Amino acid sequence: MKLTISGKVIKFGDNVDTDVILPGPYLVHTDPTELAKHAMEGLDPKFPEKAADGVIVVGGKNFGCGSSREQAPIALKCAGVKCVLAESFARIFYRNAITIGLPVLVCAGVSGKVKEGEELVVNLQTGKVEDKTTGSVLQATRLPAFIMEVLEDGGLIEHLKRRIGQNE
Amino acid sequence: MNIIEKILANASGKQEVSPGEIVEANIDVAMTHDLTGPLAIKSFRQIGAKKVWNNNKVVIILDHLVPASSIISAELHKIVRNFAEEQNIENFYDVGRGGVCHQVMPEKGHVRPGEVIVGSDSHTCTYGAFGAFATGIGSTEMAAVFATGKLWFRVPDVIKVNVTGKFQKLVTAKDLTLNIVGRIGADGAIYKGLEFDGSTIRDMSVDGRMVLANMAVEMGAKAGIIEPDQKTLDYVKARTDKPVKPIKSDPDATYERVVDVDVSDLEPQVAVPHSVDNVKPVSEVEGMEVDQAFIGSCTNGRLEDLQSAAQILKGKKIARGIRLIVIPASQEIYLNALNEGLIKTFMDAGATIGNPNCGPCLGGHMGILAEGEACISTSNRNFIGRMGSTKSFVYLASPATVAASAITGKITDPRRNMEKVQ
Repeated sequence: MKLTISGKVIKFGDNVDTDVILPGPYLVHTDPTELAKHAMEGLDPKFPEKAADGVIVVGGKNFGCGSSREQAPIALKCAGVKCVLAESFARIFYRNAITIGLPVLVCAGVSGKVKEGEELVVNLQTGKVEDKTTGSVLQATRLPAFIMEVLEDGGLIEHLKRRIGQNE
Repeated sequence: MNIIEKILANASGKQEVSPGEIVEANIDVAMTHDLTGPLAIKSFRQIGAKKVWNNNKVVIILDHLVPASSIISAELHKIVRNFAEEQNIENFYDVGRGGVCHQVMPEKGHVRPGEVIVGSDSHTCTYGAFGAFATGIGSTEMAAVFATGKLWFRVPDVIKVNVTGKFQKLVTAKDLTLNIVGRIGADGAIYKGLEFDGSTIRDMSVDGRMVLANMAVEMGAKAGIIEPDQKTLDYVKARTDKPVKPIKSDPDATYERVVDVDVSDLEPQVAVPHSVDNVKPVSEVEGMEVDQAFIGSCTNGRLEDLQSAAQILKGKKIARGIRLIVIPASQEIYLNALNEGLIKTFMDAGATIGNPNCGPCLGGHMGILAEGEACISTSNRNFIGRMGSTKSFVYLASPATVAASAITGKITDPRRNMEKVQ
């Protein structure tokens, strides 16, 4: 996992729920590429096309509220989302995103200051968010060391495998 | 310490914990179902785990697309069924053996006060109604629980919701719950615990308490909890022989804040599209036309809910052009509803009855909405596309309000023209 992430912004509002991130009928799919085809379908069916080259999603309050479906962050990650910045995250989505290796950072003020299409550079280690388009800089809440470890390993499965490997 | 702190301290072998602290807790029960289970099983294999940490503490329930609604869902059921067999999971509830997971869990004695329960479903918080700390987790975290029997938690700040007053006739636990969601907001309790207390809660049935705890997650809460009392113990002890050790808040327990709610003047509530906290008194939305009415789900598919709907529907017919779908939440409830004549009342009124499962709540099957259609539902979410087309509309209300609306074809205050109802 790269510690510095850059990409263009796709923006959403408050309370983006898991039913719009990945609608219920697609939960029967287990293949991430199939899930990715329906990422954000509830708000923007063209999202997978727009995200394909790698993007940073910016949200408002309570991003990822609703169901416990891990398929929601999987769909985003596989569609090309490199990182999500939001004013706040719903708890289960937050944990699931870390688990599957999608960096998610709480960044106060991001929804007001950053606009769709702007180019951001996010440093996961320091939490610094630079807006290359406007030159402004925001500070996201830094991730605790144990969460960074999981992300650096690429998610909880790889992290557990590595830890089990070390113990043997 | 408050009840949540005490349960987490107990489960992590500590004397005391405080909000913000990270603890690793021993899990008492882990539950998964047909839509999140297959991914948990896949992750379990990827981790390299061979055996679940304790086959008596894992509960698996098929409930989301039951019986299989497509070849793909049949394949998912097969994966889960094979895993249950391979891991010798005694508490596996296949098609026809259980129903909606959050009903089956307490009904079959898998929920006990003071325990830590995780489920790979967001409405796992329902079990807080029995004084357990219960929360939803993702599939891969469930795989980690299957492998180790442990999971880390951040001890949450807790908001206490103190409810007093007596409900008016035909105003129910669901109306209170929607009202609280409206006050606290969809993000008002993110990462927090919600403890419900007060004389109204003590007077409330177990079925009613489950509605409150069930929708705690709709305010972002990690858990909703109600201190166990005699009603809790009577319910639990009738369903399990395992020892029960109730935990209660200390008299000097601290809370982030206390929210006081008086239900004396509360009127029936409706959450209008597309947000759970967009809650209005029914009088403000009366007359909105609906195409479908749904009574069921882990929120309101219990016997008390069916009784409430049936007393309104008795001897009446639903409006032309309306579909009323009734789905009892479990086999046990279905059978009781049959014996009490409730199912006949629904069928006489023109309802269609589904087998116990999640049904149309999450847009999986059995009543998916077309573009432009509106449904009034006793379920828990009215998000865009939740029950079908992204251009459909979901209104959340109590079983009484849904039943009254099915009769008129429009959102209707159940107290209107219902003077005869006892």
